[in-house]
Amino acid sequence: MPQNEFDKLVDIDKGFVSREIFVDSDVYKEELSKVFTRAWLMVGHESLIPNPGDFFTSRMGEESVILCRDKKGEIHVFLNSCRHRGMKVCRYESGNTSLFTCPYHSWTYTTDGKLQGVPLYKTLYDGVLDREANSLVSVAKLHNYKGSIWATWDKDAPDFLTYLGDAKIHLDQALDCRDGREGGSEVIGVHKWVFPANWKFAAENFLGDTYHNPSHRSVDLIGIGPSAAAGKKGRRDDELEKAQHVWISFPQGHGVHSALQPEANEYIESFMDNPILEEYFRHCFEERKKRLGENAKLLPFVGTIFPNTSYHGRQPRGLCAWHPHSPTSTEGWRFFLVDKDAPTEAKDYLRRYYMRYSGPAGMTEQDDMENWLYATAASTGTIARRYPFNYQQSMGAYTTDHQLGGQVSLQITEQIARGFYNRWASYMRNAGWDELLGASAQNRQAAE
Amino acid sequence: MNAMVQEKDKVATATATGNSAIQRTPEYYRLKADAEDFYYRESDLLDERRFREWLDILADDIVYFMPIRRNVKFGQHAARENTKQGEGMSWFDEDKWTLSKRVDQILTGVHYAEEPLSRITHMVSNVQIKAVRPDLDKPSELEVTSRFLLYQNRVEYETYTFVGRRNDTIRITESGWKVARREILLEQNILLAKNLTMFF
Ligand code: FES
Ligand SMILES: [Fe+2]
Repeated sequence: MPQNEFDKLVDIDKGFVSREIFVDSDVYKEELSKVFTRAWLMVGHESLIPNPGDFFTSRMGEESVILCRDKKGEIHVFLNSCRHRGMKVCRYESGNTSLFTCPYHSWTYTTDGKLQGVPLYKTLYDGVLDREANSLVSVAKLHNYKGSIWATWDKDAPDFLTYLGDAKIHLDQALDCRDGREGGSEVIGVHKWVFPANWKFAAENFLGDTYHNPSHRSVDLIGIGPSAAAGKKGRRDDELEKAQHVWISFPQGHGVHSALQPEANEYIESFMDNPILEEYFRHCFEERKKRLGENAKLLPFVGTIFPNTSYHGRQPRGLCAWHPHSPTSTEGWRFFLVDKDAPTEAKDYLRRYYMRYSGPAGMTEQDDMENWLYATAASTGTIARRYPFNYQQSMGAYTTDHQLGGQVSLQITEQIARGFYNRWASYMRNAGWDELLGASAQNRQAAE
Repeated sequence: MNAMVQEKDKVATATATGNSAIQRTPEYYRLKADAEDFYYRESDLLDERRFREWLDILADDIVYFMPIRRNVKFGQHAARENTKQGEGMSWFDEDKWTLSKRVDQILTGVHYAEEPLSRITHMVSNVQIKAVRPDLDKPSELEVTSRFLLYQNRVEYETYTFVGRRNDTIRITESGWKVARREILLEQNILLAKNLTMFF
């Protein structure tokens, strides 16, 4: 597709995004080669591979990768495909091994990806096959951020923290301990499922599409939150009840919905079903306030780190990866997080809450999936494709001089989605990293 | 927890050998026919969307569990193939309160993932009684294994087929038979469906 096509598909100034980018197979193929080979993608969490030799098979875009801790304890991410004839060298989901043995002709690779064994090496390869050059294909860069593992195939990509930019303190809220200590989370399980919708519906949902709240009316009516058995309606806790909600679009394409507690920053009773939990979370809240001071006023809700990693910062806390399968099919992975050192009772409560809330068996998210499916399906038609989606909500209603950085909106807004698709278009035009990180258009022109 | 795991392992072993330890006496077959009949009635309740009546045949302390099935190396299946009840994340690991919430939600009429309602058929087969407590003459609790085939058609073109095994503990009470524990082994690794809005 010609480069300028993408600017026509994404018209941010007027607030329109073409349906083609959600259903067209050519756009999809270009996305795989232009977005998913360059952006930083989340591949897992170190708690999934605590010991040397531990591995967890993951995905980047459509492709299978192995997240692995080598004998020396170093973490790697490799393409899960043999250098000989491409066989998947690992078809287990996770485990511990000293070698990956290819089932096809038995080449073996060590846990740091090096080709080790080649049957009949001397006779058939004259003992000269270059083992080094035939190692498993490794990602270009890898970063362990507070336990979450991120990787990119682009050697020119900026380091992960530069890529994350001002979205960092929001993602931190998902990864840091509830009492404010840095990091310390662990994955207690992973949900994987396939749903017939374009991956961007899921990514956009978590950018901060608070406007879709009415679609969750059924859970709100019956109440499934941590005070539901005590008679409270709604699907979550009430901790953000008195907060000023903020919706932020970051120049790298990330978007978050977070909240700022009022000056007093008081704990709001939220776990009425269980006095032990109420006590525990109140304690965490107070500790966090002591530890972080003013900064404790920032509380998370949801966010998407461009392009396809989302997080739920509070309840149900976790990281999501929206793996593309086809223009109209996505594999959702949800990594559920708890503080590693949380009391057993808290962990048990949280996992139960996560299960009834999230994913294909979750009472809340089932309704999301229904919407994503039928929105995708009803956009594939010839006539439907002529009519772009409307993204004109809260146009211009943001400030750029807020302490939180980015474009901050104090009302529900599609500015985050506009920012996301604007950046998506930059990737699709093969823009340089300056632009991908959000250098302004003027700077870009000056540079060109 | 440990007791439960051991219990489950026992059932798994019995399933693996395909041979129930119970003698095939006329009493056994009568009880098995009753169990089949119970499942057919249960399927009717679910397929006819009589969800509240279905809740009535669940014991108040029911454990309703569907593990996630994982691809693991040969030899590790007993220990690692299925996620464990009471630990970490599964598809379902819940109690009657949560199941009642699921029913309430469908009955709001605005649970869009089930509005309009799906068409669902449950087929139950391969019913075997693996244990009877205290004994066949005066049974009060049964371990029953079966296979299920659940067909879902949703709105127009969406169809899903769920196939797997159920390991049940059935309690025979004054107010009828009740499911006291249900383990649902869906024969899928990555869930090949967008939602699990149905009951198994
Ligand atoms: S494909 Fe792996 S050894 Fe031939
Ligand atoms: Fe939602």
